[in-house]
Amino acid sequence: MLIDSRLKLSFAVTDDPLGTTALPIEIRDLTKRYGSVYALNSVDLDVHSGEFLTLLGPSGSGKTTLLMAIAGFNRPDSGSIRFGEDEVILTPPHKREVGMVFQSYALFPHMNVADNIGFPLKLRGITGAERATRVEEALETVQLSGFGARNIDQLSGGQRQRVALARAFVFGPRILLMDEPLSALDKKLRERMQIELKHLHRKLGVTTVYVTHDQREALTMSDRIAVINDGELIQLDTPEVIYNSPANAFVADFIGESTMLPLKRDDAGALLFRGQKVGDAGADEGKDWTLVVRPERLFFAGAGAETDDQTIVLKGVLREAVFQGESEMALVSIDDDTEVAVRFGTSGRASPAASITGDQVYIGLDRNDVIIIPGGQAA
Amino acid sequence: MNWWNRPAADTQITHGGRLWLYVLSAIIMLLLVAPTLIVVPMSFSDSQYLEFPPSTWSLRWYEEYLGSTKWMRATATSFQVGLLTMLVATPLGVMAAYALFVSRHRATKAIFLLLITPMIVPVILIAIGTFYAYGRVGMNNTIAGLVLAHSALALPIAIIVVTAGLRSYDLSQEQVARSLGATRTKAFFLITLPQIRFSVITAALLSFLTSFDEVIIAIFVSGGTNATLTKHMFAALRDYIDPTIAAISTIMVILSSALLLSIQFLGPRGNKN
Repeated sequence: MLIDSRLKLSFAVTDDPLGTTALPIEIRDLTKRYGSVYALNSVDLDVHSGEFLTLLGPSGSGKTTLLMAIAGFNRPDSGSIRFGEDEVILTPPHKREVGMVFQSYALFPHMNVADNIGFPLKLRGITGAERATRVEEALETVQLSGFGARNIDQLSGGQRQRVALARAFVFGPRILLMDEPLSALDKKLRERMQIELKHLHRKLGVTTVYVTHDQREALTMSDRIAVINDGELIQLDTPEVIYNSPANAFVADFIGESTMLPLKRDDAGALLFRGQKVGDAGADEGKDWTLVVRPERLFFAGAGAETDDQTIVLKGVLREAVFQGESEMALVSIDDDTEVAVRFGTSGRASPAASITGDQVYIGLDRNDVIIIPGGQAA
Repeated sequence: MNWWNRPAADTQITHGGRLWLYVLSAIIMLLLVAPTLIVVPMSFSDSQYLEFPPSTWSLRWYEEYLGSTKWMRATATSFQVGLLTMLVATPLGVMAAYALFVSRHRATKAIFLLLITPMIVPVILIAIGTFYAYGRVGMNNTIAGLVLAHSALALPIAIIVVTAGLRSYDLSQEQVARSLGATRTKAFFLITLPQIRFSVITAALLSFLTSFDEVIIAIFVSGGTNATLTKHMFAALRDYIDPTIAAISTIMVILSSALLLSIQFLGPRGNKN
């Protein structure tokens, strides 16, 4: 239902000037091996029509291999990739009709901006006035009107990025693939381009698969995130769910900041941290459980605060407080070998009662913010 | 501050402090170039014999060369073989360099070494081997035979030059082109080739020169009406020494230099390829 409403939304917003129609991607049991190493291990993934899906993982996780398999640049050992109804696993890249943006932009330096963007149109036999019009439309979409005659080496990094983008969607591909397209930009520009890409995606309504290792970028831009590690799909969900309910220790650790605290399960199935009940294992007989604590969800409670129905209170010693500009990070040891990070705002109101290093402090965690994952801590 | 005391580079060494280096460089250049250039005045001599410096001047040896059927035919042969060698070695060199560049096969290193062996093996061995091999198949004294042998010599040069050009090329451009709808062949011709064109032109000119300047193989496998200019020059030096050789040498030096200079000027300004 959610998907249907989004589809309608994207069609409503799209004026569809380029005749784009989005296609879903259905990936089944995709496996790719390099020697004895699995780059992709039986991956199943559905990308909904018109959605912005991000493949997120550390380097070497297989996310780029998966993208390249969708683009047709590497041949998986087994499995299936469908664009809509069509099986494309044997289709060469030039017949897949996917737009692609590379990390290096890969603009053609021997052509000017208009010829770069017109290249896919030229290959499709679109000539003369129509080509010029469509190139100009694409330039307008990426806010580079009038840049057609420029040479590539006259463009800034952000402008090159936009040209690469315009070239990838000008021919109305059904699917857009992007391989870390913003990683070469500086932080400010990168953040602005993230928002712009999101806008552009909404405008074009094209199914987009985006690869990044930057969890913040993934959270900012995606409709859904597919977390990938060691060639396997670990979790696929919306940014909110990925962040608030990570499937396991890897996801909890890779996305956002976190402290992992081991839990004990008592005979009644209650999960305890230092004797305080933090959750319920229910019928699950699993032995190891971990409490994931996000630094920004913790707060300093008043001296002598106690755990109650609403709040879990941990007692500890303030080890260090580090000023980081928009926030401050405190490290609190709650016993000899466990340190918990607490992040708090730097507005005058939020400061932790002027504690100094070595003081005893009480930190609180709202029970609504409790994240419990099965299994032990990440290795 | 005058030139003498000005720093010569980012370091504080002045031009004056570098004087010894300039003098040394000048001497080395002179020693390298002088033997080549000495034929130039000799070619304008009026004497029957090679003479330096010439006592009287004339253009008679140029007339001798241009008026001789034998020399003209040899010149035509040299041009023909040079151009054909260029046409064989350049495409092969580009294909080999490209394949070795994009391939991730582990045998690429070995294949590369194999392809450049003609550069490592003494040419006299290649000449002798070719001579006997051609003897069996009747290819001695043929244009085709000479072109094949010269192509083997030119191929390593073409491969090395094109490989160097490819090294500064971003192969993901070709992937982009393919994702945008170009077949692999189209992507190569529309995107890759235009960007390595200076390397390809350089490879072509050097292939031509490799053949045009070559004498050892030519002595063994070319002959009769298909003898090259260099072979005739060698024979002329052995049998009768007259300044025609100097005139021809001068023309060849000018031609070779012009080709090499044109590579420099045709090449892109700045840092591309």
